[in-house]
Order: sequence, then structure tokens, then C-alpha cells
Amino acid sequence: MPGAPHGTALLDPTVSPAGPSETLRVLPLHCVVCGAEYAPAPVAICDRCLGPLEPVYSPTRRLPDAATISRRDHSLWRYREFLPLDGPPRYSLDTGMTPLVESPALARLLGVARAWLKNDSVSHPTLSFKDRVVASAINAAHALGLDTVACASTGNLANATAAHAARAGLPAWIFIPHDLEPAKVIATAVYGVRVVRVRGTYDDVNRLCSQAADRFKWGIVNVNLRSYYGEGSKTVAFEIAEQLGWRLPTAVVVPMAGGSLITKLRKGFREFLEAGLVAGRSPRLFGTQAAGCAPIVRMVKDKTEVLQPVVPNTIARSLAIGSPADGIFASRAINESGGSAAAVSDEELSRGIRILAETSGIFTETAGGVTVAGALALAASGHLRPDDEVVLCITGNGLKTTDAVSDTTRDLPIIPPRLRDLSALVEQSA
Amino acid sequence: MPVTFSLPTVLARLANGQATLEASGATLGEVVAGVAERFPQLAPRLQDERGGPYPFVAFYLNDEDARFRGGFQAPVSDGDEITVVAAISGG
Repeated sequence: MPGAPHGTALLDPTVSPAGPSETLRVLPLHCVVCGAEYAPAPVAICDRCLGPLEPVYSPTRRLPDAATISRRDHSLWRYREFLPLDGPPRYSLDTGMTPLVESPALARLLGVARAWLKNDSVSHPTLSFKDRVVASAINAAHALGLDTVACASTGNLANATAAHAARAGLPAWIFIPHDLEPAKVIATAVYGVRVVRVRGTYDDVNRLCSQAADRFKWGIVNVNLRSYYGEGSKTVAFEIAEQLGWRLPTAVVVPMAGGSLITKLRKGFREFLEAGLVAGRSPRLFGTQAAGCAPIVRMVKDKTEVLQPVVPNTIARSLAIGSPADGIFASRAINESGGSAAAVSDEELSRGIRILAETSGIFTETAGGVTVAGALALAASGHLRPDDEVVLCITGNGLKTTDAVSDTTRDLPIIPPRLRDLSALVEQSA
Repeated sequence: MPVTFSLPTVLARLANGQATLEASGATLGEVVAGVAERFPQLAPRLQDERGGPYPFVAFYLNDEDARFRGGFQAPVSDGDEITVVAAISGG
């Protein structure tokens, strides 16, 4: 349908796509479950067993050493040999390399030797780790000649897909649950993309998008581009290792929604170990969820690989995926690493947001609150040890979910603009 | 009990290219077994060797994940719509 607004091209052989890039290619794929191989394509599902597909990296490719990586641009593309593209990326060249911030105060609270925060709450350009996966996916879309991008999102991915598409000049369709936090809706619609609010939960949105991938010739970043998209998350692991001075922490605490991030962290640490860029033991991985939507935590606790979906009921909307497709892989990553999992209440996660802000000067969204509260729970239960060097993944910015801590403003004093009133206030608070 | 059974494109080619089928059965498991019998190549994609569901495949009964209604034991009614969706992720 040439000329239709926002690239509403149907899957029709008479419709010509923009054409694949001549200089950028994506890697071939294989099925994680049955091993079936596929040519590079916007597909994420094995047509033999419906298992997920992953890129195949050539075992003979030339890998950089630490010194080479250190000299490269300050972005996630410094690890390009570990990303699923062959050739120079075109879009989102400045995403990645967020700060790794040490927090002695948080380490004391956790009772561990040292604690750092991988601070993706200041990720460029949309203040969450989703910038990483979209940077990978939007270049895959370009390589595959897809001229419209889309996503199903709980908020952060919507922000990232919209912003990266706007900058690339690509039309975008963004699908979100109808009752998403206003800040996340505004921070998506402002980019001039098509935002569609779907009546239902994220899982309903996700189902619709999986059907849309069949119907429209779009690059839906977390559906038919998922094989390429997910690899962007590995850069969190790469940056942690590099920023620690080319070594690994002993433990990493990660929020879980679909389960992809923790799975890709495991893969990223393993790839750096295999490449000889770091030595030692891969960190123990600890996954955290809100108690109102904790299907992966339940799998870990129950020692099962059968995922029981739930209807989410939590203020941690960015983690509210009741049927996480990567749940099995996430629970395996946790178990294989020697880690564990914890679920926290909405009250605990709100307190986690405040604890992080007060101890470390970082304002995170609800998912970050889950990470901090989960880490405290894991420390209390003895899963984090006194000799641990722990990294907490802070995946999003608190300005997106201010309602979670709106009670912090309840008792703020109001005084007249007079020094004697200020003096009285200071004396009272002494 | 006739119901509508919708397949993703990746599976429709194993059902003679039909993305939507008419099927019948008293439970989701019976409907799936019936479709599997009609399209033998499709059978191992819809159910494992014991006749159970795969972890990567979700069946929606009307608009609800069938796992909330007993999985393959979920009762189906005349006119119900069953949609097969490969599990996807994100957020």
C-alpha cells in the first residue's frame, strides 16, 4: 500500500520494501531448542519446534583484545564483534556505556564487600536499558530492508523504539496497554509516532503484535526482530566487565520481566570469558520480580521448568509480563550460575526506590526499586555473602514512574519567605 | 462443536496454507488432537509426543490464555475462537 500513512504496507508480494542495506548485514540464525538453521531474516521463531532463534556468530571471526576495545568510541558498538551485525551500524551510534557507580552505603546495607550500580537510568537517549536492544534491532531492520518499525511495550521499549525511529527517520507503530503510566505514554507520543493503546494487559498487546508480524511488513523489534534485538542486552555484561577493569563481579542482581535481560547477561559474561577478555568465574545471577507478577521467581523457587502464567497485579508496570517467553531460559541462567530469585511487594519496591536515591543518589523507576528491594531480601536470606562484589542493574529512570514515591512529598513544610520562620524550622529539625 | 482455529503464518503452510480452520472438540486438547490428525505435518508443532503443549506455544481461547482455564483440558463451546501464538518476549 504505497503512500499509506506510517508505512502500513501489508504483506503483499507486490509491495517493494526499501531494500536491504548494501553495507550492513545481519547474521544467520539458529534455533536454541532444536538447532535448525536459518538464513538472515526478520524471523524469531523456529518453524520446526516454535523455539526462539538466536544469531550464529562465526567461531573463526577475529575478536578484539581489551586494549583495542578501550580505544574505540564510547558506545555499545565498541563490542561490535559480539553483536549480530556484519558491517558498520547506521543508526543509534551513541547508545551505551552508561556509568557503573560504586555505592559504599548500599554495600553496607547489603552486608557485602562492595556494591556497584549499573546505571541505565541515564541511558541515551530514553533513560532505560531498552535503548541498547533497540539500537541493535533498528540496525537489523535497516539491514533487512524493513522501512517501518514497531513494538509491543510496557513503556520503556515504547520510549526507546519511538525515539530511535524518530532519529532514524523511520515510521513507527507502538503498541502499549491502555492504562500505562502517563509519563511513559507522553514520552512515546512526543516523537510523533503512531501510538496504539490496546485494551488489556501487556500479554494481550504482545499477542496482538505477534499476529501483526504475520500481517504487516514491519520490523517489530521484540517480535520478528527479537533474535537480533535481544543481543543488545549483552552489552550490559560487557560494560560491567570493562568498567570493573576487565574483571567480573561475583554476583549480579537483575529485574526480570520477559526474562531476556538476565539470560543475555549470562551469555555476555560467558562470551567475554571464552574470548579471554576476562578470567575467573561467571557471576552468580539473581533475578527479582514484583510479588504481583513473579512467574519466573516461582519457577526458580519451585525448581520447575513449567511456567505458570499469572495476571499481573503490581505497580511495577515495566515488569508486568504474566507470560514471559524467556522464563525457562531465565530460570536456567539463574540456576546454572548458582544464583537465586526473590519477589518483593509493591511497598518494598517503593522503599527500594527511596533507599537507592538516599544511599546512592540515583532515582530509579519501579523496576529499579524491585532490584534494590530484591537485593536486600537476597542479602537477608544469606544468598548474598559478606565477601561478594555485587552489581545491581538499574534499568530505568524514576522520572517515568513518580507515582510510586509520590508520598515523599506529603509532609514537606511550607513556610513564608521569612528568615525567622526558616530558623524555627531548622531548630525543629535539629 | 465447531470452533475457529487460527494459526500463525509459520505454521499455516503445514495446514495447506490455511491460517484459519474450522475444528471441533469438547476440550482444547480434543480440538488440537483433531487438527493434528487432519494435518500430520502440523501435529508435532502443536503438541509434544505425549500430546501435551510445548512451553513456547500459547493457545488463546477467545481472548484468554488457555493456561488460565486448564490448558488442554479447557472446555470449548460452539463458536469459540482458538488462536495459536508462538511465545514472544519483550517489554
